[in-house]
Amino acid sequence: MLKRISGPVVTAVGFNAHMYDVVKVGNEKLMGEVIKITGENVIIQVYEATDGIRPGEPVENTGMSLAVELGPGLLNSIYDGIQRPLEVLMEKMGSFIERGVTAPGLDRTVKWDFVPVVKAGDSVGPGAVIGTVQETESILHKIMVPPNMKGGVVREIRGGAFTVDETVCTLEDGTTLSMMQKWPVRVPRPVTVKMNPDIPLVTGQRILDSLFPIAKGGTAAIPGPFGSGKTVTQQALAKWSDAQIVVYIGCGERGNEMTEVLTEFPELEDPKTGRPLMERTVLIANTSNMPVAAREASVYTGITLAEYYRDMGYDVSLMADSTSRWAEAMREISSRLEEMPGEEGYPAYLSARLSEFYERAGRVTSLNNEQGSVTVIGAVSPPGGDFSEPVTQNTLRIVKVFWALDAKLSQRRHFPAINWLDSYSLYLGVLNDWYDTNVSPEWNTLRTWAMAVLQKESELQEIVQLVGSDALPEEEQITIEVARMLREVFLQQNAFDPVDTYCSLEKQFDIMKAIRLYADLAAAAHTAGVMPAQILAVRAKNDLPQIKFTVDYKPELERVLAQMKDEFAGLKAGAA
Amino acid sequence: MKEYRTIKQIAGPLVFVEKTEPVGYNELVNIVLTDGSVKRGQVLDTSDELVVVQCFETTAGIGRDSGVRFLGEAMKMPVAKEMLGRILSGGGKPIDGGPEIIPEKRLDINGAAINPYARASPADFIQTGISTIDGTNTLVRGQKLPIFSAAGLPHNDVALQIARQAKVPGSAEEFAVVFAAMGITKEEANHFMADFERTGALESAVVFLNLADDPAVERIITPRLALTTAEYLAYELGYHVLVILTDMTNYCEALRQIGAAREEVPGRRGYPGYMYTDLASIYERAGIIKGKKGSVTQIPILTMPGDDITHPIPDLTGYITEGQIVVSRELHRKGIYPPINVLPSLSRLMNLGIGKGHTREDHKKVSDQLYAGYAEGNDLRGLVAIVGKDALSERDRGFLEFADLFEGRFVTQGIDENRTIEDTLDLGWELLATLPVEQLVRIDRELIQKYHPLYRKGAQSAGV
Ligand SMILES: Nc1ncnc2c1ncn2[C@@H]1O[C@H](COP(=O)(O)OP(=O)(O)OP(=O)(O)O)[C@@H](O)[C@H]1O
Ligand SMILES: Nc1ncnc2c1ncn2[C@@H]1O[C@H](COP(=O)(O)OP(=O)(O)O)[C@@H](O)[C@H]1O
Ligand SMILES: [Mg+2]
Ligand SMILES: [Mg+2]
Repeated sequence: MLKRISGPVVTAVGFNAHMYDVVKVGNEKLMGEVIKITGENVIIQVYEATDGIRPGEPVENTGMSLAVELGPGLLNSIYDGIQRPLEVLMEKMGSFIERGVTAPGLDRTVKWDFVPVVKAGDSVGPGAVIGTVQETESILHKIMVPPNMKGGVVREIRGGAFTVDETVCTLEDGTTLSMMQKWPVRVPRPVTVKMNPDIPLVTGQRILDSLFPIAKGGTAAIPGPFGSGKTVTQQALAKWSDAQIVVYIGCGERGNEMTEVLTEFPELEDPKTGRPLMERTVLIANTSNMPVAAREASVYTGITLAEYYRDMGYDVSLMADSTSRWAEAMREISSRLEEMPGEEGYPAYLSARLSEFYERAGRVTSLNNEQGSVTVIGAVSPPGGDFSEPVTQNTLRIVKVFWALDAKLSQRRHFPAINWLDSYSLYLGVLNDWYDTNVSPEWNTLRTWAMAVLQKESELQEIVQLVGSDALPEEEQITIEVARMLREVFLQQNAFDPVDTYCSLEKQFDIMKAIRLYADLAAAAHTAGVMPAQILAVRAKNDLPQIKFTVDYKPELERVLAQMKDEFAGLKAGAA
Repeated sequence: MKEYRTIKQIAGPLVFVEKTEPVGYNELVNIVLTDGSVKRGQVLDTSDELVVVQCFETTAGIGRDSGVRFLGEAMKMPVAKEMLGRILSGGGKPIDGGPEIIPEKRLDINGAAINPYARASPADFIQTGISTIDGTNTLVRGQKLPIFSAAGLPHNDVALQIARQAKVPGSAEEFAVVFAAMGITKEEANHFMADFERTGALESAVVFLNLADDPAVERIITPRLALTTAEYLAYELGYHVLVILTDMTNYCEALRQIGAAREEVPGRRGYPGYMYTDLASIYERAGIIKGKKGSVTQIPILTMPGDDITHPIPDLTGYITEGQIVVSRELHRKGIYPPINVLPSLSRLMNLGIGKGHTREDHKKVSDQLYAGYAEGNDLRGLVAIVGKDALSERDRGFLEFADLFEGRFVTQGIDENRTIEDTLDLGWELLATLPVEQLVRIDRELIQKYHPLYRKGAQSAGV
């Protein structure tokens, strides 16, 4: 029975409860979860608005934990934070989200073609694949024995068209299996081994792939003040990274951003499969104005779906925009519990929750011996853009890649506004070999060179600020120019340009090499006595930016480089 | 209806009532004073022993002898088409001497979240006639685009100019305006009202006025009343509604006051930890819904305390809204109107509403190039102050002059000057043409050939 209602947190008495039990609150049976027990008081966070709920209304314990439904039909869907399909909610209650309406995560009416891969008499253990379903044109969905079941010997298994809750397989001990399983969201799905990530997640974003790469199964944080590009960067990764499955969580952010994904993704093609991007995507949308307890749950819902596809052997990438809103949801709930606040009002367990979450990333061998990965990329929205706040700091202690967004860059419309001096990737070393063999042995040298030039520029800029650029030594004027080219041609990448939004590794390499060529020719020319003003006036370099916007760029690049060599040859001849 | 006389404590805007029958969370409350007058409030916390009521009006006059009635439902407001042309108090009562509103419907003022799946993507370009908005920070229908200003700056003039000039080119549909004032002065309110009357805009406007001397806590409901009205006009009657909310800073102060009265653990600078969620419940009530004709576009105005954009009020707002238009004291001091600083300004939905089929194909690139040029020139100003203009390279001098031109011609315009988007873009090209053409690296060659005045003139003289 309810005793007290105060926003999303309610207190009930008079029933037996365990932590994280899912309960139905009030006459309208709103979904909630037990988050604290003190004496006979059971404290519940409610996933829907509690307006009008009164003391004395009933509470019913389902005895189960908050779980998601896993099976074919997840891809192409949009869910709220507790896996209610938003499309179905709209059919049921119209354009606005009213409460008290439930709908299962997986559609019970759709029939999927189940193809068994084991036969009667085979024995199947936890996680074993018993059959497949072609979920979308490019994704083969593997139906697995739930990891928390012990499995056994198959008595009967049948192929054909079934709904997700129909039995497709019976074991000798009478256990029945359907294409759907449930998994509690707060519990990581088990794996056989966690491996060290050593393959990059190729994103098609130059600054990320070249300077601050992330590995498949790795973790990255992307903090930045409002408007600095967290969402656009994450959307670009959701579109172009070479993951096979993408889970995109809009956690306490804008409704229109989810609409954007919903309208764009079905139209865009996965560069690898040629299929609409939406077919490899699951969206979780718990926008800022939706209930805060469901926002808290949304990241767990998302990562559980990601782990499920990982278990099939897929490379999954998960974007959470924004983990700060999740942390704030924890703070809001915690303060209603009147818990002792930690730093800036966040609960003392903030750090533990963040690390538990990021720990669910990784490259693994699954229970059925497939290799899969979950890469987690979390946006962080620090108040006032100040990275010293608790969420940013606690996140940075865990993640291996830091993409620091910089308001000064975004205000200049330098996008992506990732600060090249502050950002880092701890995967650089382990990915060297991969780039060596898969792109070019020169890749790592070029990268080191580019970073050195950018670093040098920032030192020179301090001098320029004091004395003006004309006062710099001649060769440093050239360095400044090369750095400008690196920034404007290489680092800047317009996410909204149809061509430049994605840049292959080969093209990244070619552009970087072209800039390096200019640098080398310029240095040689300077040694040969050519005036800096002439070196800076080489026209061919003005044509480099165009390469970015050209699909079939090779012939044009060849032409530009040839012209560059000619011009330099001319300058040297003149100086001699 | 049962009336309780069990008030135990009154603290600021909060009234604590003991031992009631079960009362619903968030339900509406009437508090009846001994003189028979009634004050309204809302349940913040409910249990068998104690109910906490937040008053929407001042608690002055409430005592332990006052009666408390629980109305059994959330606060609803009567809405009707005939609200257009009316002036209401911040609590929703007519104050223009006209008749009571005869309700067509009564709606929960808290609204409900739009299902993200039900939203339609905003895409209609709204021409405000102001170059710094249309050209570089484009507003689209269904967007929430606040004005970040500060005390003493002409944000009201900018908002009024937008309200007067806003239109969707090529569309005959007009905007209805819902205007909600929270804690602004009588003088400011008069300024708005005079302008609405002068231009005839009042006929298609609904005005909610909570002035500086009205109860602060009433400000908590004023924007919700305004948005409930806007949603009714938009989604049920098919209007394109422009909602102006001013001043959100006063709203947030009221929120802080209630938080303090409840002795909550405060968040940054004393504002409640849930302020982000609370503001989102206002700002997210903008948008377009699939299958419905109208739209709600929001222009909230806020004054940044201490001109500080990292202050929690602008900060949390910026994290929720789809961009911001920043009014700058520096430009204002230089005598520039409208003093919009484009560098920290942003319209996140701009890309959806510009380009071929919306404005013009060169729009995005012109805007990017203007930004880059102005940012570069602006940076150089700092340097010039130290080393003097002569130490600059010729290239840098070009950008320095460009920054001045940009402020003098692109930013500056008359308070009644209504530029078409073509005017704005052509003006942009005219200014860009003062830079060497090879410096225009953000624009592709084809567009330069087509729009750059150099080539346009060439094309004309060649008789093409
Ligand atoms: N988009 C850009 N275009 C041109 N130059 C840039 C751009 N972004 C950064 N820079 C240069 O890179 C340098 C480093 O960037 P940033 O502005 O973050 O450093 P900073 O000014 O030293 O920062 P702080 O003032 O916080 O110490 C700057 O000095 C600036 O000259
Ligand atoms: N890579 C990019 N290319 C072009 N524009 C970008 C890019 N990244 C960000 N932007 C611009 O910055 C704006 C704000 O980015 P967004 O990702 O929404 O910021 P945040 O999520 O950090 O608040 C976008 O609307 C867009 O105009
Ligand atoms: Mg964002
Ligand atoms: Mg965004």
